[in-house]
Amino acid sequence: AAVPSQVVPGADPSARQLCFAWGPAEVLVCETLFGRRSESPSRGEGGPGRALLPGTLIAYVAGTGEGGPSSSRLFVVRKDQDIYIQTLRKLFNESHGIFIGLQRSEEELAGKSRKAQLVQVSKNYRSVIRACMEDMHQAAILTRDPALHSQYSTQVSILSAMELIWNLCEILFVEAAAAGPLLLRLLDWVRLHVCDVDNIVHEVLSSENPSKHELFWNVVDVFVLQGRMDEARHLLSKEASANPTSVNMYKILDDLMKKMPVPSLGNTQTLTEMELKWQHWHEECQRYLQDGTFASNSHMESICKILLGDEDAILEKKDLMTTWYHFLVTRLLYSHPTVKPMELRMDLFLGGESSPEPLDTILMAAFEFEMHQVIKECSIALSNWWFVAHLTDLLDHCKLLQSHNLYFGSNMREFLLLEYASGLFSHHSLWQLGVDYFDHCPEYGRVYLELHIERIPLNTEQKALKVLRICEQRQMHEQVRSICKIMAMKALRNNRLGSALSWSIRAKDAAFATLISDRFLKDYCESGCFSDLDLIDNLGPSMLLSDRLTFLGKYREFHRLYGEKRFSEAAKLLLMLMTAHIAPCSFWMTLLTDALPLLEQKEVIFSAEQTYELMRCLEDLTAGKSDKQKFQDDDVEIMKVEMLRLALARNLARVIVKEGTLEGS
Amino acid sequence: AMEDVCARFVSQKISKTRWRPLPAAALQPPDLFATGSWDNEDNRISIWSVGDLGNVGLHGEYQGEPQLLCDIRHNGDVMDMQFLDQERIVVASSTGTVTVFRHHQKNQTLSANQRWEKAHYHVDQDTSCGGAACTGVICNNPEIVTVGEDGRINLFRADQKDAVRTIDNADSSTLHAVTFLRTTEILTVNSIGQLKIWDFRQQRNEPSQIFSLTGDRVPLHCVDRHPNQQHIVATGGQNGMLSIWDIRQGTMPVALLNAHEAEMWEVHFHPSNPDHLFTCSEDGSLWHWDTSTDVSEKPSFLHQGGRSTTYFSHNTINQSVVSAWLSNDPTKDRMEITNLIPNQTLSVNSLDILGPCLVYGTDAEAIYVNRQLFA
Repeated sequence: AAVPSQVVPGADPSARQLCFAWGPAEVLVCETLFGRRSESPSRGEGGPGRALLPGTLIAYVAGTGEGGPSSSRLFVVRKDQDIYIQTLRKLFNESHGIFIGLQRSEEELAGKSRKAQLVQVSKNYRSVIRACMEDMHQAAILTRDPALHSQYSTQVSILSAMELIWNLCEILFVEAAAAGPLLLRLLDWVRLHVCDVDNIVHEVLSSENPSKHELFWNVVDVFVLQGRMDEARHLLSKEASANPTSVNMYKILDDLMKKMPVPSLGNTQTLTEMELKWQHWHEECQRYLQDGTFASNSHMESICKILLGDEDAILEKKDLMTTWYHFLVTRLLYSHPTVKPMELRMDLFLGGESSPEPLDTILMAAFEFEMHQVIKECSIALSNWWFVAHLTDLLDHCKLLQSHNLYFGSNMREFLLLEYASGLFSHHSLWQLGVDYFDHCPEYGRVYLELHIERIPLNTEQKALKVLRICEQRQMHEQVRSICKIMAMKALRNNRLGSALSWSIRAKDAAFATLISDRFLKDYCESGCFSDLDLIDNLGPSMLLSDRLTFLGKYREFHRLYGEKRFSEAAKLLLMLMTAHIAPCSFWMTLLTDALPLLEQKEVIFSAEQTYELMRCLEDLTAGKSDKQKFQDDDVEIMKVEMLRLALARNLARVIVKEGTLEGS
Repeated sequence: AMEDVCARFVSQKISKTRWRPLPAAALQPPDLFATGSWDNEDNRISIWSVGDLGNVGLHGEYQGEPQLLCDIRHNGDVMDMQFLDQERIVVASSTGTVTVFRHHQKNQTLSANQRWEKAHYHVDQDTSCGGAACTGVICNNPEIVTVGEDGRINLFRADQKDAVRTIDNADSSTLHAVTFLRTTEILTVNSIGQLKIWDFRQQRNEPSQIFSLTGDRVPLHCVDRHPNQQHIVATGGQNGMLSIWDIRQGTMPVALLNAHEAEMWEVHFHPSNPDHLFTCSEDGSLWHWDTSTDVSEKPSFLHQGGRSTTYFSHNTINQSVVSAWLSNDPTKDRMEITNLIPNQTLSVNSLDILGPCLVYGTDAEAIYVNRQLFA
C-alpha cells in the first residue's frame, strides 16, 4: 500500500507509552502514564532509523508548555502539511477550477479532440505549478529571514520536481506521443528542465567573442546533446570564419548536422521512410569518421561520434548533461530516433549508475510505463496529496487506470481524492474547495462530506448559511437539521428568540419551534406584552410547523383583534383556541382570564352558546385537577375562577335577555 | 468582454471589494480599491492598485494584474466595508467591532484610525465574549450606520467616541444589510424577508415603514437604492431572487425577478447609469441587468484617444420619469441580462462598480478587475 512510514518528531515510544486518537485529517498522539518505568534508560537506538521524509508530517506539541520531564505531551499530527503553506493556496484554488472543468468536460468528444482536451488540461495544471514556483522563487528572493528563505527554496525545488514528473507523465501517458514525435517531446522536456547549463550558454553567447571563450566547445556540445542543431550550427559558423584553414572540415560537419533527419510532427513521412533516411545519414557520418576527416580537431571528432550515437563519446559529456534522463534522451536521439514508447525501457539502465533518489525512481517508473508505481512513489516522496490526487484523476480521465482496484473498496483515484479533500477540510479556510472533490468521489465522497461538514466551526450566520447551502444542494437533511439546530441554540442562548425561531423554521424542526414558542409565551405571561412582534405577526404559513407555534401566532392575532376593538372576532378566535384544542391546557387559565374584559364590555359579545362553551372550558379545567392540586392552588387562582364564574353567569343573563328580546321583536 | 478581465489569486477568501471613491470632478477611471478577507486565521484589509496608466497599451487595453499597495491585519471576518471618504475605510467585523482605517497614500500604509469595540453584542457588552457579528455598514460622511446579528442599529459619527444613536432590539431577526434612503432615513433588510425604513428624526425606536415579501419569508441579504429615483429600491434574497420595490406604494415588491440559484450577496445600481444593475451570488455568478430601453438610446460611453474616458451622460436619467425598473413586467421586453462569469464555481461574495470599472472577489481566493465594462 502507498502508505509512507512516518516519524513524529519528539514522540518516543521507548520512553513513554503512547496512545492515539484518529480524526478525519489529524491524529492526536498522547503520552500516557501507563506502564512507565521508574528509570527509562535510552536503549540507544542509534538515532532515528529512517529519516523523516521531507515534510511528510508536521507535529505540534500542544498544551504543556515547557513542562518538565514528568509532564505528558500531546502531539497533533497532520496528514497533509503542504495544505498550510500560504503560497500554495494559489495552487489549490487555481487547480480546483481546472479539476472542476475536467469533471464537467465532454466525455463524448471523439478520439483526437478528447486527447487534445486532456493534454490542454494537463498543460493548465503544469502552468499553475510553474506560476506557483515563480511566486515562491520571488518570495525566496525578497525575504530576509534565512529560515524562510530556505523553506521557500525547498518548496521551489519540490514544485520543480513535481512539474518535471508531471510533464513526463503528460508526454508518455496523456499525450502518448507516437514514435518520432515522442522523441521531440522528450527533447523539449529535457531542454525545459535541465537548466544547469543555461548559465554557461548565456555566459558564452553574451561574451564579446564567443568562439574565443574557453567554454565555447562546451556550449556547442550542450546544443548537440540537446538536439538543438540550428543553434549549434550557428555557433560553429562563427568558429569556422575564424579558422580559414579548416573551413572545409567545418563545412562537412555543418552539412552533416544540417542533413540529420528529424522525425516530423505531422504524418508526412512514415516510420520506414524516416528509418531509411536515418540509415543513410548514419552511414555518411560513419564514413567521415573513418576516413579521418575530423582527426585534426578532437572537438569536432567527438561531435561526430555523438552524432553516431557512440555511447562512450556521449558519456564523456556527462557533466554537461547533469542527469541520467538527459543522457537517456540524448542516447535515444542519436542511436534510436524512431523509438516507440514501449521500447524505452531497454535503454534505461545504461544511464542509471548513480544511487537512485526518489525523483530518479519516479522518473524510471514513468519510463517503464509503471503508472501505478509512479503514483505510489510520488505519494511517498511528496509532502502533499495535491500532486497524486490531480495526476491520478487526469490519468483516470485518460482511461488508463480503470483496471486497477484497491482491495478496500473504492479505486485509487477516489482514494487519493478523498485524502486530498480531507486535508483541505482540516484547513480553516480551504475547506470550501474540498466539497467539490468529495462530490466527484462516487463511492465514499458523500459519507466523507457528511462527516467533515459537521465539524466546520460556525462563527457567523453568514458562514452557517454557506455551509447550509452546501448541505441543502446535496439533500443532506440530517446535516441541515443539525446546523440549524446549532444556530437556533446559539440564538436562544443569546436571547435572540426571533433568530432562534427563524433557524428552527428553516430546519422544519417542530420540537424546537415548540420550545421557542413556549419561551415567547412564558415571556408574555411574565411581562404582559409580546416581544418580537415583527416576527410573530409575520409567521405566515410557517406558523403550521408546530401546534405551539400555531397557537402563538393565533394568540397574537387575538391580541391584535382586541387592540383593534374587533371584539366579536376576537372572542370567536379565543374560544376556538380552546375548543379546537390549539391552546395547551396549561394556557387555558390565561385565555379565560383574557376573556374577562370581553365579558365585562358594555355590549354583549359572547352569544349564549359561546358562553356555555366558555363555562364548559372552565369546568373542564377545574374538574381535571386532582383534589391535591386544588388544595395547592393559591387564593389568587381560586379567586380568578370565582370571578370568571360570576362574569360568565352575568354574561349569560345579559345574553339571554338580549337574545330573547331579539327573538321577540 | 471576458478578455478584459484581470485576475489575481490572493491566498485569502475575499468577502468585500470596494472602489475608492473619486473626487467630485474626476474624469479618470478609479484606480484604487480595497478588499477584506474572511474565514482566515489572519484576516486582512488590503489596498490594491489596478496598475498605473502607463500599463495601458496603445489601444486602451489594459495589461497586468492588480498590485498590492499595502495591507493590515483585521480582527475577525470582514463582514462589510465602505469608504467614508478618499482616505478612510469603515470596516464591520464578525467580532462586532467597527473600525475606521486610514490609508496613508504618501507612504502607502494603513492604520487603524478609530474603533468602536463591540458595537454589536449579545446580552452584555462588557463581558469578555458576547460580540455579535456586525453584518452591514453604510457611510454618509461623517455619519456611519451599522447593523448586526444582534438586531441592533447604531448611528456613529466619525471622530466621535460614542454612538450618536442606538436602537437596541430594532429587529427580532438578524439584520443583513443597510443603506441610506435619505440623509436622515435608512433602509434595512432582515432574515425574515422584511425591508424596513427607519427615520432618525423620530425618537421612537420603531421603523417608520415595514415592507415584506409575502409567504415564504425568504431572508433578504442585500439592499441598494436607485441613485436618482430614491423611491426605487432593489434587494436580493436567499433564493437568489432580485426584488424591486417602490417604497411610495404598497408593502410588497413591484417585481420579483429570478436570477441566481443561491444567496444573492450584493446588489448595486450603477452609480451614474442606474439603468444598469449588478448582482453577485453564492452560486458563483455575477449578473449584469441592463434595462436601457433602446440600443440606439444607449448612453454614450466613448473612449477618447484611449486614455481618458467620459462617463455616462446624465440626460437619460432625467428623461425617464417612469423608470424601466418599475414597468409592470421588466423581464418582458426591456431587460437584457448577462452572466459575466461563465465557469465560476465558488461564491462571488462582493462586487463594486464605478464608472466603466468592475471589481469582484470570490471564495476561490481571487479578485477580478474589469476596466472596460461597457466596451
